[in-house]
Amino acid sequence: MSNSAKTDQTYRGAVREAIRDALSRDDRVFLMGEDVGAYGGCYAVTKGLLAEFGEDRIRDTPLSESGFVGAGIGAAIAGMRPIVEIMTVNFSLLAIDQIVNNAATIPHMSGGQFTVPLVIRMATGAGRQLAAQHSHSLEGWYAHIPGIKVLAPATLEDARGMLWTALEDPNPVLIFEHVMLYAREGTLPADAGPVDIDRAVIRRPGTDLSLITYGGCLFKALEAAELLAAEGIEAEVIDLRSLRPLDETKILASVAKTHRALIVDEGWRSGSLSAEISARIMEGAFFDLDAPVARLCAAEVPIPYAKHLEEASIPQTESIRAAAVALMNPQ
Amino acid sequence: MPSLGADMAAGQIVEWLVEPGDHVKRGDIIAVVETEKGAIEIEIFDEGKIQEVLVPVGEKAPVGMVLALLDGTADADAVSPTIPTLEESVTEEPRPLDAASPPETPFPATDTAQTTSPEPSERLRITPTARRRAAELGIDPSTLSGSGAAGAIILADIEAMLPEVATPTAPPTPEEPADRKSAIRHAIGAAMSRSNREIPHYYLGTTIDMEPTLNWIEATNKERPVTERLLSSALLLRAVGLALRQVPDLNGFWEDGAFRPGEGIHVGWSISLRGGGLIAPAIHDVDQKPIPQLMTEFRDLVKRTRQGGLRSSEMTDATITITSLGDQGVQSVFGMIYPPQVGLIGFGKIYERVWTNNGMIDAHRVIEATLSGDHRASDGHTGGQLLSLIDRLLQEPSKL
Amino acid sequence: MTDSADGKLHITRENAQRLLRSMLRIRAFEDKCAELYTQEKIRGFLHLYVGEEAIAVGVMDNLTPEDAVIATYREHGHALARGIPMTEIMAEMYGKMEGSSRGRGGSMHIFDATTRFCGGNAIVGGGLPLAVGMALADKMRGLNRVTTCFFGEGATAEGEFHESLNLAALWKLPVLFVCENNFYAMGTALARSEAQTDISAKAASYNLQAEQVDGMDLIAVETAARTAIAKIRSEGCPQFLECRTYRFRAHSMFDAQLYRDKTEIEEWKKKGPIIRFSKFLRDTGLLNDDDLAAMEAEIAVEIEASVAFAEAGTWEPIADLERFVLVDEASP
Repeated sequence: MSNSAKTDQTYRGAVREAIRDALSRDDRVFLMGEDVGAYGGCYAVTKGLLAEFGEDRIRDTPLSESGFVGAGIGAAIAGMRPIVEIMTVNFSLLAIDQIVNNAATIPHMSGGQFTVPLVIRMATGAGRQLAAQHSHSLEGWYAHIPGIKVLAPATLEDARGMLWTALEDPNPVLIFEHVMLYAREGTLPADAGPVDIDRAVIRRPGTDLSLITYGGCLFKALEAAELLAAEGIEAEVIDLRSLRPLDETKILASVAKTHRALIVDEGWRSGSLSAEISARIMEGAFFDLDAPVARLCAAEVPIPYAKHLEEASIPQTESIRAAAVALMNPQ
Repeated sequence: MPSLGADMAAGQIVEWLVEPGDHVKRGDIIAVVETEKGAIEIEIFDEGKIQEVLVPVGEKAPVGMVLALLDGTADADAVSPTIPTLEESVTEEPRPLDAASPPETPFPATDTAQTTSPEPSERLRITPTARRRAAELGIDPSTLSGSGAAGAIILADIEAMLPEVATPTAPPTPEEPADRKSAIRHAIGAAMSRSNREIPHYYLGTTIDMEPTLNWIEATNKERPVTERLLSSALLLRAVGLALRQVPDLNGFWEDGAFRPGEGIHVGWSISLRGGGLIAPAIHDVDQKPIPQLMTEFRDLVKRTRQGGLRSSEMTDATITITSLGDQGVQSVFGMIYPPQVGLIGFGKIYERVWTNNGMIDAHRVIEATLSGDHRASDGHTGGQLLSLIDRLLQEPSKL
Repeated sequence: MTDSADGKLHITRENAQRLLRSMLRIRAFEDKCAELYTQEKIRGFLHLYVGEEAIAVGVMDNLTPEDAVIATYREHGHALARGIPMTEIMAEMYGKMEGSSRGRGGSMHIFDATTRFCGGNAIVGGGLPLAVGMALADKMRGLNRVTTCFFGEGATAEGEFHESLNLAALWKLPVLFVCENNFYAMGTALARSEAQTDISAKAASYNLQAEQVDGMDLIAVETAARTAIAKIRSEGCPQFLECRTYRFRAHSMFDAQLYRDKTEIEEWKKKGPIIRFSKFLRDTGLLNDDDLAAMEAEIAVEIEASVAFAEAGTWEPIADLERFVLVDEASP
């Protein structure tokens, strides 16, 4: 069990391991979604799992988001531990009624009589020239809803470890996997296991500004931090990991130290998660601020197909670096 | 009038289907009421004989109002009057939006003008953390111009004021508006020149053991809340005040060729202004105030000095002045008397040195106390007396 | 009523009166709610089941305590027939903490875990996927339980109706879909919203066994439900019942019923389930005036007691507002 040898892995491989691990540990766990079985998963995450676990537990669904997400909710209510895979957050809009009006609501509305121990995984984000209807980052919308938890694993360790903890949680948990992270490579200990799902982590300590982000933007932020270091600016990079609830304590402690915050969010800025974080910093660390909280978000456009336009529409390493520099030297 | 919906506030009787004398039973439809959704039949839930119809056809009645009486008992009707609750919204036409004229200017653009020297405005542009730090350090930020966005004063601007903490990467402090700074220097220059010209100074110094005082302060402060903790300045003030009671020749003014004693012991404390310059406002009646009060007044004085807000009496009434340069790391200071005063007491930093006591060697925290005296008003003997008294008083701090 | 060797309906005096009583009880409860609503004791929306009682009673009689029920916002009759105490339902209508959902749901959201009554859903069609999921769980766990899903004919227009029927048939899930076709989805007559008004045909198009039932005839409902449920238990496949019925009252309390004729309502009232069943019982000597009077008196007492219970109930402390937004433990 304590095999600490590291293995080469990809993010998608880590997610696959997490699913396999969950299915092996608990008979109540099963996975359902579009093309998760025979096709092996739209992002090849579930490749091989159908052969290993059979079609009851790796269950292909028709293109009925509302139907199968609602079924996942019902199955969770009735004693299973389903993992529902919605191919991407873009299609989740078809199921948002079930998520908001049933999963998030029934426990409270029934006075605690029925609980929904469900995990919903979705791919999210832009970067593959898939155009507007396939490039949304709507995690912020879901983070608005009381009654659910929202996670954004960015590292391999989190991709591997958050799922089991989420399955053990008696509440509905949404896990957002950024599409550009699936191919990311790294190493994981062979016995990598569950991780917490309620804390932000400082990926890079720093003193000059708090660079707050999550998911697909994390690695761009870390790259930007290296560039900034060469310019004498030490950025503290925070990986939120949990978008609801937010680890406010960690965010505020960082801002108390650095006095400046730059939030990087691939969603559109209006009414986004970055707006929420900015408000919390204002509420909890106002007297620590040496500059207004800055935000770098997607341009307020439907994400276009042409590569140069798509790149210009979402945060990039260079634009993060530039925003940080502007924050440090406003004149 | 029954409530038929969460947003129904009133209904209008369109038709009565019963009249006085009719016998009704539960479930009978007795009237038709017009609502904004259309005409709704209303049923009665009781049994009895209609005695009187109270709301005629065509009239509107709010939910809860009695529409008819049954069997002579006042509230036997189906509806018990209820006060409409606050949740009910009004079913009348929504009031037209306030017809105030639309804003004359389009949505105001945010002010992103970046100027290096902002015009003086009513409101100081300073970041919250810089404001807090300035207050901690007792620095008046209003004369600074900031290096932040739109000329806001930022933390680095404040910290640049402290030579020890200025870092190479901190943005350089921009120059103060030239006239103000030079005016202060001019005034000080004039006073010091006069002092040098007119007053024959003599200088005395002594080293005072501060262990008793500091130990007493440390013990006392353990029981005091942070905001009320004592600094050694308060004890120095008090010691000076009490000592001057017994050496009145150093407490007063040299005017018109003669010494005029001060009417009370008002000790000026020399405070440096940020950007250059000194000012030495007085704390009145130092010998009569207990130490906690001196501490409070001292704090307040420093704050008002740095922010502006000194009273004229504080500016003119000092009968002697203390200059304390310990914060600057200076060991002893021999300063120049502020005319028309006749003395200036100097304190350096508190530092540790070897001390002997009854042949025993130890390390004690000590302070160098100095006196600059006006030889016209006093001589070294008097001055020496003052310094020894201050020393002795500081050895028994609990009696101060 | 159903535990007979030949699986046929055996109408004993006792059983027949029990079923009539159940319908009368629902009728009386709904009428009382109407009265309380006009007095502002019950607030929000109130959707009454008057005229449709035979469906809830007839179907529910065939379920076991382990089975699950999902219903709509017009679910008081289903809740009563399922065995949730009238006191708790009335307290829930009042919004009191002693209500079945701690007062949090009100009329449209009755929940009761002990009878596996999973709401009470205010989104038309929203409960169908839940029913599919609950049945899926039962099947995967090897439990021989049936999930019954009640919904109106208006739901057949929603996408979730089609998705759910397809999933249930595709995965062979133990769901009983009961469509209570009262011909009006709020104010819209069926013919004005459906190109295909034959609802059982829609179900059949998903390869679901579907049957059309006279929803005003308790015996017909009871028989059809018994047959369907038996099939589900033995074959494991979903079944669909379209029960044709009529609601005697408006869609909800604040409804002027501009969309249908008064004469139509009166016609249906004459063919109502309680009138028909009582007539049948009288004709067959299973019911007399005294029996009826005794039943009605008992029911009246129970109604008054439930009102008193609700009146005396307490309000959930505001400090508990955030309880159960997130939970620490899954319910069993």
